[in-house]
Amino acid sequence: MPAPRGSGRTRKSAVELDRVIHERVRLGIVSALAVNETLSFNDLKRLLGTSDGNLSVHARRLEEAGYVECTKTFRGRVPHTEYRLTPEGRRALERYLDHMEALIRHVREA
Amino acid sequence: MTRDAFAARPASAPAALHDRAADDLRFIRRTMEQAGAFTAVPGLGGMLMGASALVAAALAARQPTFERWLAVWLAEAAIAAVIAAGTIARKARSAGLPLLSGPGRKFLLSFLPPVVAGAALTLAMYRAGAVDAIPGTWLLLYGSGIVTAGTYSVRIVPVMGLCFMIAGFAALFSPPAWGDAYLAAAFGVLHVLFGALIARRYGG
Repeated sequence: MPAPRGSGRTRKSAVELDRVIHERVRLGIVSALAVNETLSFNDLKRLLGTSDGNLSVHARRLEEAGYVECTKTFRGRVPHTEYRLTPEGRRALERYLDHMEALIRHVREA
Repeated sequence: MTRDAFAARPASAPAALHDRAADDLRFIRRTMEQAGAFTAVPGLGGMLMGASALVAAALAARQPTFERWLAVWLAEAAIAAVIAAGTIARKARSAGLPLLSGPGRKFLLSFLPPVVAGAALTLAMYRAGAVDAIPGTWLLLYGSGIVTAGTYSVRIVPVMGLCFMIAGFAALFSPPAWGDAYLAAAFGVLHVLFGALIARRYGG
């Protein structure tokens, strides 16, 4: 079992950035799913203004990291892909937000 | 500033880091707001509004005078507004979104102007004796409110608005006696149909 990522929040997370979530399209996917139970591939594409290829590459990366879950079904003959945020994905977003806030605080205090 | 620069110079460029972090937070916030507005329209609300409109259309068609006909539809408008407000609030709450700062406010601000215009035109047409044009005007303006308010929503919402506008356009150029049928078909059937579609795909 991997070490829990959020445990070393103080010093460790101030240095280490979550690379998976840092990229803009992936950050967009996670943010959008944080306020919607599920969104389809087309919803996300429209919302984030990305191409099919770009979105599927980034969505797969998030899936591999365990941050989003994807279910594929068929509506008639049309494939339909739905995404939802996993609890791990939600924690990752919260950690990322903490991280950004800490950075801003750090500069203000300096 | 690129990602790599961000990673490679964590301590040497605090101002740039700060900017990037602030920019990231703004991006997250904006995405969440847009994504929240995306499915803020409640399917269940549409279905209930449609059902109440069908009852209203049946009642209104039986009224002997224009004033009583109008009173039935005004009561229906009030009932529909209560249903809409209640179901939008319910959906916002279940998504953990603030009601009047985020998506709800945006929807209301885009939807209200055509509705206010409709109210003013109704009064003007009544005074001018042009009451036959009222059903078509209502449908056109309600439809345009849904189209504009639904700009940032899932595509099915502006499509529904467009259907209302088409019905309004048709009503304006049809025999006046068909007015109630158009209102029943649009406020009743269109709401139920699209409400069911939205509920199935995007939840209550």
